[in-house]
Amino acid sequence: MDLLAFARGPALTFATAIFVAGTLWRLVGVLALPPWRDLSPAREGAPPNWLGAIETVFRKMIPHKTFLKAGMFTTVNGYVFHIGLALCVFAFAPHILFLKSLFGFSWPGLPNGFIFGVGALTAASLVAALAYRLTSPVLKLISRADDYVSWLLTFLPVVTGLAAASHIGARYEMLLALHVLSICAFLIWFPFGKLMHAFLFVFSRGATGARFRHRGAQL
Amino acid sequence: MTAKTTVSGVAFDAQGDRNDTDRRDAAMQGFVRDFARTAAIHMESCVRCGMCATACQYYVTTGDPKYTPINKLRPFEQAYHRHVGPFAPLYRLLGIKSNVSIDMLQEWEALLYDACSLCGRCTLACPMGIDISELIKEARHGMYKAGLVPDRLELMDRTTKAWGSPATPADDFSDIIREAGEENGVPVNVDLPKADYVVTTAPAELTEHTKALTDVAKILNKIGASWTYSSAGFEASNIGYINGDVELQEKMTRKMIDNAIAVGAHTLILPECGHAYGAARWEASRWYGREIPLRIIHMTEFLGEVVQSGKIKLKKIGESTSFHDPCQLVRRGGVNDAPRAVLKALGLELKELEDHGALGWCCGGGGGVVSNTRADPLRFKAFELKRKQVEDANAQHFVTACGQCRITLTLGAKHFKWDQKVESLLELVADNLQD
Repeated sequence: MDLLAFARGPALTFATAIFVAGTLWRLVGVLALPPWRDLSPAREGAPPNWLGAIETVFRKMIPHKTFLKAGMFTTVNGYVFHIGLALCVFAFAPHILFLKSLFGFSWPGLPNGFIFGVGALTAASLVAALAYRLTSPVLKLISRADDYVSWLLTFLPVVTGLAAASHIGARYEMLLALHVLSICAFLIWFPFGKLMHAFLFVFSRGATGARFRHRGAQL
Repeated sequence: MTAKTTVSGVAFDAQGDRNDTDRRDAAMQGFVRDFARTAAIHMESCVRCGMCATACQYYVTTGDPKYTPINKLRPFEQAYHRHVGPFAPLYRLLGIKSNVSIDMLQEWEALLYDACSLCGRCTLACPMGIDISELIKEARHGMYKAGLVPDRLELMDRTTKAWGSPATPADDFSDIIREAGEENGVPVNVDLPKADYVVTTAPAELTEHTKALTDVAKILNKIGASWTYSSAGFEASNIGYINGDVELQEKMTRKMIDNAIAVGAHTLILPECGHAYGAARWEASRWYGREIPLRIIHMTEFLGEVVQSGKIKLKKIGESTSFHDPCQLVRRGGVNDAPRAVLKALGLELKELEDHGALGWCCGGGGGVVSNTRADPLRFKAFELKRKQVEDANAQHFVTACGQCRITLTLGAKHFKWDQKVESLLELVADNLQD
């Protein structure tokens, strides 16, 4: 078995199993905890909790202007690499073909050259995020090993993907194998670190949204 | 009680004579008991983006990263991951998450009590929606259990346990009310066996702002309400809620509400106190396990009701004012419109502060900070933000609806020799009732 076959086969299967099991374990482990039931009467005209939660999931996508002034870089750069990552994963034709082989359905992709540009921009944005984390006194203080591991395991699939798409640095099969292996590493780490925010943000925003909107408070 | 300093030079107080291991274990038990579902979700969700720093008055005015709100939760977070989180057994097995040390707890005491007013502005800044302020309040539960609380706050706790209030013995309460009535020429009701409204107080009314005791009486008399103060349940500020003493929080909540139920009241009126609103309006049912069988409203909501329903008519002052939004009332309590409606009824042109409503800056003294004299220098730094915005608004009056905010702002003005009177919404209404 060559490296590419190993990456696409046992490695990806193992990584996916860890990803699915770990993600479920973490989500269930948190959501199965008993809630503190809020029995206070809601503010007159307050939406039901589920609606307050959903509203907040969307409301929190744009920071308040007053926080945007100081958090402009974090916000804009965050949007750049999140959208960039989403486009690279879900709008690149070879990825769509791969996902079709898994799920049986597909959707139109974007031109490869465009996705390559998006990938390069995403990589640059991730480098900027790291530079900011390493130089901001606040971020330096609050960062954990998880922040750097999560950064690396997000960055590697992007750069190996760019290398594979441009056939730079090694044989295509080798580059593709490294790309797939980097994704395996990403999937294995995902449930254990902050990458889980991809799922947790819904619950986190929603819980606060339900609490605040019940009180008639704005978020 | 002993005042000490950590290795890094941070002052901390410690109560009781316990060894470090017992103290730490007590903190862990206090931390761990609070991880219900929402707290756990929030402990799992931080992406360490630092946005919360931009919302915190203590960080913004000092530039010191240690005041970043999420950093204040570090021991709480460590306890969560080691003892509660979904991977806690794995982390313990691999030794990835170490136990919280006593040094860490001592170091964090000042961050949890001196450098957080529980104002919740950080909650609004967090892109993940983490309710950091609520988590800090819960982290204080463990600190209280460990006996690592600022002495001044612990003193108020002990006083409340002994007297039923941090301000005055319950035995003296009825005399204070009657004296205030005589001094201000307002008929007052105290310890009536039955009434529709029970009025409660906070320490501010029983010390600096005694006129407020008769201001509310004046309005209730005006609308012909059946009402009373009660020696058996008058204290609403609930120092247990602020300190992290959950047993005292429950006791004070039950005492106040059980009394109101016994009196047969349909409405319990909370004083002009922000934390009283958080403790009673939103958390009281936690101790009862069911809805409370009476309405609990803040003084500002009461004023809004009697003004908007036309039960009282007000003289028009006809000048301009700015308004300080008490955090627990507005940002965390949702009472944004009522104070503004009352100001309008008073004929006051509202000149909003640059940051107002849910986004307003805290007075700097909430969460017990104003009572914790050790925190004075930091509190005065935070005050600079509010002062600038009030000056920029350039209004003739400056009004608020929380006695503790009023004290904090008045102390700040005095410290900086700033000639700015801080007025009470209740007092303005009582002083401008039409005959």
